[in-house]
Amino acid sequence: MNEQPQTSRQQRSRSALLLEFLGSMYLAIILLVVIAIASAIGTVLQQNEPYSNYVMKFGPFWFEVFRTLGFYDIYGTAWFLLLVGFLLLSTAVCVWRNTPAILREFRHFRLDVQEKSLRAFHHVSEWSLHSSRDDIAGHIGQLLQQRGYKVRSKASDDRLVIAATRGGAGRLGYIVFHLAIIVICIAGLINGNLPLRFAELTGKVVVETRDLPVSQVPEKSWLGTDNQAFRGSVNIPEGSFANFAFVQMRDGYLVQKLPFTVTLQDFRIEHYPSGMPKSFESDIIITDDTLKEPLHKTISVNHPLSYRGYNIYQASFADGGSQVTLKAWSFDHPASEPLTLNSAVQEKVSVETSRGPLTIEVIDFKLYNIFPAQEGDPSGKQFHNYGPSVTLKVRNAAGEALEYVNYMVPITMEGRLFYLSGMRASPAEDYRFLHLPLDDKGGLGRFMALRARALDHSAVRRIAQQQTLQEMGASGDQAMLEQLTDSIANLVQMFVVEGIDAVVAHTEQNIEPAKRQDALQSYVKVIQSVLGGLYLEQLATEGIDTSNGISDADARYFDDAVNAMSLIGPYGTPFFLQLTDFKQVEASGLQISRAPAGPIIIFGFLLLCAGVFMMLYLHNRHLWVRISGDGEELNVLFAGTSHRNRGDFGEEFDALTQLLRQATTGQNT
Amino acid sequence: MSVPQDLIASQLDTRPFLKRLGLFDWLWGLVVVVGALYTWNRFGDLMDTFEQVILPLSALGLLALGWLWKPARPLTLAVAALSLFSVWLYGDDLTRGEQNFFLKFILASQSAIMWMSALYVMATGAYLLALLLRSEFTGKVATALTWSATTMGLVGLMVRWRESYLISPDIGHIPVSNLYEVFILFATLTALLYLHYEKRYQSRALGAFVLTVISAAVGFILWYTFERGAHEIQPLVPALQSYWMKIHVPANFVGYGAFAIAAMVAVPALIKTYVGTPSARLAFWLVSAAMGVIVFVVQLLLHGVELAQLVRALLAGLITVAATAAIIWGLSRERIVTTLPPVKLMDDVMYKAIALGFAFFTVATVLGALWAAEAWGGYWSWDPKETWALIVWLNYAGWLHLRLTKGLRGAPLAWWAVIGLFVTLIAFLGVNMFLSGLHSYGKL
Repeated sequence: MNEQPQTSRQQRSRSALLLEFLGSMYLAIILLVVIAIASAIGTVLQQNEPYSNYVMKFGPFWFEVFRTLGFYDIYGTAWFLLLVGFLLLSTAVCVWRNTPAILREFRHFRLDVQEKSLRAFHHVSEWSLHSSRDDIAGHIGQLLQQRGYKVRSKASDDRLVIAATRGGAGRLGYIVFHLAIIVICIAGLINGNLPLRFAELTGKVVVETRDLPVSQVPEKSWLGTDNQAFRGSVNIPEGSFANFAFVQMRDGYLVQKLPFTVTLQDFRIEHYPSGMPKSFESDIIITDDTLKEPLHKTISVNHPLSYRGYNIYQASFADGGSQVTLKAWSFDHPASEPLTLNSAVQEKVSVETSRGPLTIEVIDFKLYNIFPAQEGDPSGKQFHNYGPSVTLKVRNAAGEALEYVNYMVPITMEGRLFYLSGMRASPAEDYRFLHLPLDDKGGLGRFMALRARALDHSAVRRIAQQQTLQEMGASGDQAMLEQLTDSIANLVQMFVVEGIDAVVAHTEQNIEPAKRQDALQSYVKVIQSVLGGLYLEQLATEGIDTSNGISDADARYFDDAVNAMSLIGPYGTPFFLQLTDFKQVEASGLQISRAPAGPIIIFGFLLLCAGVFMMLYLHNRHLWVRISGDGEELNVLFAGTSHRNRGDFGEEFDALTQLLRQATTGQNT
Repeated sequence: MSVPQDLIASQLDTRPFLKRLGLFDWLWGLVVVVGALYTWNRFGDLMDTFEQVILPLSALGLLALGWLWKPARPLTLAVAALSLFSVWLYGDDLTRGEQNFFLKFILASQSAIMWMSALYVMATGAYLLALLLRSEFTGKVATALTWSATTMGLVGLMVRWRESYLISPDIGHIPVSNLYEVFILFATLTALLYLHYEKRYQSRALGAFVLTVISAAVGFILWYTFERGAHEIQPLVPALQSYWMKIHVPANFVGYGAFAIAAMVAVPALIKTYVGTPSARLAFWLVSAAMGVIVFVVQLLLHGVELAQLVRALLAGLITVAATAAIIWGLSRERIVTTLPPVKLMDDVMYKAIALGFAFFTVATVLGALWAAEAWGGYWSWDPKETWALIVWLNYAGWLHLRLTKGLRGAPLAWWAVIGLFVTLIAFLGVNMFLSGLHSYGKL
């Protein structure tokens, strides 16, 4: 029997202790700091990137460690939410514990305060006078009331206590402010994806990580229209429609069904003269069974559409499947006519080449490419538009892909025209550019013809032999002539097929270090001179008279052609895909969200703003005047305290002391 | 602490607020109301809903500001007169900025901002001199310089606003859209807040410290102008074309300015606290070293980390350490004790500044969240700038809890306020420099 109350007391004290702990200021401050630090981690580490990026950045070991800690979606991890939850709990406990006292203070004036405790206050003043107690009390009460204080008094035989208070709203501000934080966080949770994560935990929904067409996404990865809160996005090409949105979840997604259909009629980008975008606008049509006729609206950045509790935002833009016509100029069979390919963004074309089957994937099309102009740009503009471009991936049978960006309009460099094609092996690299020179007919004809000659082994041998013969003189040894001719022809072939890197590698393999530099120089010279011979033949074929030397333009063309030729090896693909025609189709990236707790959040915001000013600017002050003694001599003890802002209160207290003294004794201090 | 006589008088005045207003107060009211009505009449047709709401609210705000803080009146009038004069000189031709004498040398936004920069640096020197020499007159000069600099800064912003519309009506926008513009806002708002405290507490001793931060901001503005050409007016990207920007950004900068003041008041408070204690020497060197490190890091950020730059930055840092040390030494112990205001007063200013900053920062963050809901489709996206704003907010929330609830005072809180400035600096500048995200308008 004895144990029962003891344990209950123990339990009570334990729960009181827990409450004490949760409501303690130190816990709150520690939580504030810890949450601040955790938040900082999330800003240093880019959140929600594709997992492959993280693997690349940290290596497999640290990738795993960080993934386990949830660093890639830190604000969505259980431990972070738990911390925030604790802070909320701590705030709630604090409000819960303090509210009754604050409300009590509102009504209750502490008229029974002890003389000893009054003297212990920071602000105390005392004086004596000769007068009637009640007169003075009335006078003091009136003065304090004039100054905005609420006044109560209580008289007993030996003393009269006046208690006055002002600025109680400041204490109320404390409750309002902390309550606002709780309201906002709870509303945030309602708007957040907690129910979704719960559904995921129980296996009701499964996050899809494969890149599938929407129609093939399994049922378990779909969310019904009964889902109250989500933030999704969808790209709609012009003239196309969607009745769903993708909700990103870590490294995968879910598909949210919409109770209406959004059709994109038109997407527009306007630019400032500098090329900077000025506006993104989408003309959308909403069709819905509940609507008599479709709803036509234009949305733009900062001007979303709110429809049936769903908000539709202009978030981004992309290509919506632009059609492109590509001319494939073969580097391996330069003499053949270029092949014309028709494709569209996000589509693929398979081609059979001398190096096996290749797949050309059209990744993106851009109508404008506006970059800062190069220094000394003759137009004097700050920005230059490089015109339309197409981004492609060329994938071999093994699945390895190289990425290309090809510009439609030739660029001008030092007065000469080039087709520009950038190549890279991974998105992490910068593009390396191949500059293909345009001939005087404005095409690639001459370059391809020269390349055809350079690939023609017998032509190369013929020129090599001629040049060697000239060098050696007629008396040369026939066997040596053959040998030299062979090695020169091989060298030229190496250069033309594999590029300058192969020639350098060849030198490094076969020549001792001390002589490498010289050897390489003579190799390059020989290659240039053979190609030069072929070039002269080509010019002759074109009917250009070179008997008096070649023109500056033709000479520069040759240098450019050799430069381009030296990079075709590393270019990696046996053809250049020239963009010759296109029909742009844009897609608008819409964000579609549903946030049922919006009004609650706004209510919380109002509370927060009102509360912060009330709390910090209406300070609660308490004053007591204790008049004791009787008959002739009265003793006045004046004391005050303030919850914050002691400096200001000190000034006010001093002024009040002066006022009360003057009023009661009729003399200055 | 002696209480100024007029303050006591105002404490004892029991008349209602409106009855206490004098002739000049009512004149001020008349000027504001007439100005607002004129604007409404003349431009009302062109205004959108936001502008129709903000005009009366601004008029009310200005009215209240002029009544509660009298110096706001001459400042407003001077800024208005100079700005209108400049606008009148411009007419509708931007090229007059190069031809007209007044515009070219004084009132074009760029010239006004250069004047502001020069005047703030001079004011910093004057405050420092006043502190070292204990010269009342030099102090008055410093105050006058700060007022002039602030006037020119605000004129610069106003005229820049007009200039942006002269470039092209679709480019025109309020000048709070990039780092360059907000730094000017930061300098002027910080100075105004400081001037308020200076008058309120009748002490110029803190000027040297607060103006140091403003001078640093000026240094950034100058570097940004001459190295990066940031003073060129750029059009707004679509995301920034919103009325929220006009209230979100200024509210934020009241916060940043107030936090900067709190930190710069904490420094003399620490000096005075530690003078005569065993920690004095440590504090002395720490403050000197901190200044040196700041200069060193800033130099590196500006010029890169090659060897020559490293040496130069190191040298600049060392010179700063020596200069700071010399200045503090020059103050000597008694001087510090007699010249700097009481620690309690500085403590009070620090609290007031942080409270003000916290309140405005709360409002600014709320405004930002509302804007985000309209532009990005969610109140909160954990974007780096947002997150750092939250960190700043949590940081000062912690500070206020310690001070208000735990009643903590003195050195720990002063240290915290100084550290708070660095946290604020990351949110304000560091995020733009090192982190990318949705807020990347103010890229360095």
